[in-house]
Amino acid sequence: MSRYEAVIGLEVHVELKTKSKLFCGCSTEFGQEPNSIVCPVCLGLPGSTGVLNKKAVELAVKAGLALNCEIGTYTWFDRKNYFYPDLPKGFQISQVFRPIAYKGYLDIDVNGQNKRVRITRAHLEEDPGKLIHSGGSITNSRSTNVDYNRSGMPLIEIVSEPELHSGEEAKAYLEKLKAILEYTGVSDVKMEQGSLRCDANVSVRPAGTAGLGTKTEIKNMNSFRAVQRAIEYEAKRQIGVLEDGGRVIQETRGWDENKGETLSQRNKENPDYRCFIEHDLAPIGLTQQWIEEVKATIPELPDARRKRLIHEHGLPDYDAGVIISSFGLAEFFDATLKKYSDAKTISNWITGELLRLLNARNVELNETKITPGRLAALLQLIEKGTISNKMGKEVFEEVFETGKEPEQIVKEKSMLQISDEGQLTGIITEVIAGNPKSVADFKSGKEQAIGFLVGQVMKATKGQANPGIVNTMIRERLG
Amino acid sequence: MEIHTLPVHRLAELMERKEVSGEEVTRVFLERIDRQEKEIKAFITVTPEEALICARAFDEKRARGDKLSPLAGVPMAVKDNICTQGVKTTCASQILSNYIPPCDATVVEKLKAAGAVLVGKCNMDEFAMGVSTENSAFFATKNPFDYEAAPGGSSGGSAAAVAAGEAAFALGSDTGGGVRQPAAFCGVIGCKPTYGSVSRSGLISYASSLDHIGPLARDMTDLALILNVIYGYDAKDSTSVLQEAPDFQKSLRNDVKGVKIGLPGEYFGAGLEPQVAAKLREAVRKLEELGAVCEEVEMPHTEYAVAAYYLIAAAEASSNLARYDGVRHGLRVEADDVTNMFNKTRGAGFGNEVKRRILLGTYALSTGHYEECYLKALEVRTLVRQDFDRAFAKFDCLLTPANPATAFKAGAKTDDFPAVCLSDVCTIPVNMAGLPALSLPFGMAEGLPVGLQLIGRHFSEGTLLQVGYTLEQNTGQTRLSPGLFANNSFGGSR
Repeated sequence: MSRYEAVIGLEVHVELKTKSKLFCGCSTEFGQEPNSIVCPVCLGLPGSTGVLNKKAVELAVKAGLALNCEIGTYTWFDRKNYFYPDLPKGFQISQVFRPIAYKGYLDIDVNGQNKRVRITRAHLEEDPGKLIHSGGSITNSRSTNVDYNRSGMPLIEIVSEPELHSGEEAKAYLEKLKAILEYTGVSDVKMEQGSLRCDANVSVRPAGTAGLGTKTEIKNMNSFRAVQRAIEYEAKRQIGVLEDGGRVIQETRGWDENKGETLSQRNKENPDYRCFIEHDLAPIGLTQQWIEEVKATIPELPDARRKRLIHEHGLPDYDAGVIISSFGLAEFFDATLKKYSDAKTISNWITGELLRLLNARNVELNETKITPGRLAALLQLIEKGTISNKMGKEVFEEVFETGKEPEQIVKEKSMLQISDEGQLTGIITEVIAGNPKSVADFKSGKEQAIGFLVGQVMKATKGQANPGIVNTMIRERLG
Repeated sequence: MEIHTLPVHRLAELMERKEVSGEEVTRVFLERIDRQEKEIKAFITVTPEEALICARAFDEKRARGDKLSPLAGVPMAVKDNICTQGVKTTCASQILSNYIPPCDATVVEKLKAAGAVLVGKCNMDEFAMGVSTENSAFFATKNPFDYEAAPGGSSGGSAAAVAAGEAAFALGSDTGGGVRQPAAFCGVIGCKPTYGSVSRSGLISYASSLDHIGPLARDMTDLALILNVIYGYDAKDSTSVLQEAPDFQKSLRNDVKGVKIGLPGEYFGAGLEPQVAAKLREAVRKLEELGAVCEEVEMPHTEYAVAAYYLIAAAEASSNLARYDGVRHGLRVEADDVTNMFNKTRGAGFGNEVKRRILLGTYALSTGHYEECYLKALEVRTLVRQDFDRAFAKFDCLLTPANPATAFKAGAKTDDFPAVCLSDVCTIPVNMAGLPALSLPFGMAEGLPVGLQLIGRHFSEGTLLQVGYTLEQNTGQTRLSPGLFANNSFGGSR
């Protein structure tokens, strides 16, 4: 047990899933030609005036409510002033003094222990543009270009209290946060596209004490795993500094994924942002009624859903955990359950075949052709004995790829299971006649011999015979 | 009849009766510009070709029998901090000396749609910081009444253009008096409408919470016609107020019976020139004769308004002017790294007055000074606003000087910061409260126009028009012409 404990607070920037930017009509589409989705407002041209995107406010409020925050009914924007080439107005429009959401919390599970992490605030702000260093990094590139497509994208910054104590807890917090934001449709939460970004404030203190040590801010972490590793590294580094009798310096450090360490970013002294109210935008007044309307659009969130899957539908803890980990899967499960009543069977197919194919093909659920209706239809075919479980997997894969109805596939492939005794009689007669040894074995009491005979019938019918019926018929003949 | 001396509504009548075409009217004004600009220097950019094309287009519409706005074919001048599509908009600053906006300001768009003909962009104090139009990075503008006098500022070019018959009306901007003070100095009407009633979209910001766009005009009828076009909600401006635009022509009533007019003592205090005071007393007597009730009112926080204003305006300016960094538009001075490029560009691009206010504003917002400077100034702003609230509980409008003095000498105040500030003492509190106000010429003192100011409740422009119109109809003092008008009158309608 270390004499020190880490204290971690996370600042998470989340891009809101709106069609247009925060203060102008430019599209928010990702991956477009640089500087192709810009206008006088997001370029900060002289005289331009922006107008707040109502959808962004709605999504911010929705996120706030889902994170158990209080919602400010009278808030406004402020300006954070600093010079940087990616910042077209010389200030960033943010909410410094009155965040739209504040005083919330998030429950996380770490090693089976529940922990409540308080959220300080979630505020609206605009994204700056993006610097592109051609031919290297910021220090050795030939030139730097600015892409303002990102300028003015709507963000919420979600700030936690410094109440996390390990990289593992930080990762659990991020995973839960991501799930909630995905469930509420607030964001795409794709770290690789930058729609979710995380900075960590890390400090250490003697275990069991209440004060806060000097913190460093860790940036440049591109996955949850990287956040966990960077925090673990940084806490260890700070403890090392202190144990050597040194002092932690307040600074920004960048995570180097390849080296697996945090490096001091030689940055100018912290600028004085000279924050003050943004007078070009009217304050935001929200009525309690409107907030309630937004609240009503929040779907059942992961924790509640997990409980329901376990207690109402009898799913094992593991199954429930897998299904609720993604909003898409959870919704898929519920929709299938409306058409097919056996929850465990549905769960088996979702956690089995569906996830296997999604991983194998590396696609998202909504990119496939499988639908709850089609899965339910497939499960009914199996239940009725029209096809076997094994055939079902083959059919599932084809539905997944083509979107054809399961019945259609079964017909096209003549997969129909043969249960008609009239059709089977001739084949059974042939098999009995052709395998006298097995017949003799069975008659002399070797029960397993029947398996061989059934297998022969299956082989002769290319797997289409209903094995149960074949079994019964052979027994009748030999009985 | 001299076309260039006529108010807009008279020009509209003549064009309506086909006695003169929009093109002919425009040519008259363009000739005036040609002849006088060597001296007056009201314009930074003149746009003769575009103006004639526009005038002809509306003449064709008129010939087809289209129903046109009274502004159709009427030459207008626009201050050079209001964006005009495809026409250089410089803010009279080196840093924007080649900036061509991709779109029109909402007000320009509305006026163009009504048929007003843009003849050029007017000189001003750089980024609207100044009271003399001598802080232009390019040249100073002269007062058409006296070439030795300043035209006032910051909309001095707009005021001079209208006074000198180079445009029939103009747009200016008013952050602390920038429309009203030059209007008073140049003997024209200047109006600062209620904050939020005229879109600021396309106005290059100086201090967003104080900036207003306002018209400069020759008489009250013209003012009503212009307000009818530019007033009202704009979805592009978040601070625009959602409301119906009234028909201001209905406010042009020759009647002040029972109108309660407050006279704030603080505006008539020390520093008020005796001759200006005498003219104002004359105006008050006239209004009383016509049935208005005039009484003194106390506005105790007026004396703090100027200091608070300069902190607030400078603070907002330090942020609004941060975008001029050489990266995307305007001037760039190359350097070996980006920070030096920022510094050199801004060092070369801004004039001294602009730098002074950026420094002051940066200081006022800095950690450690924010509370004692910026927040304190906001508290004063609230007190000033409350003074007005109390006064308007009792009065329909207030009457004050537009400026304690007539136009000062050219060169007198360019670098005298405290004097520059005090010059705005009558106009600044109005911007702090976002109230509508207009400055109206009322006679002359020693060869220079005197301006009186009417201040109203929010959205009560109609009341101000009514009082101003009544003064206009009952005195010969509101329509002044500089000596350079040969027959010394506006269309003989006096």
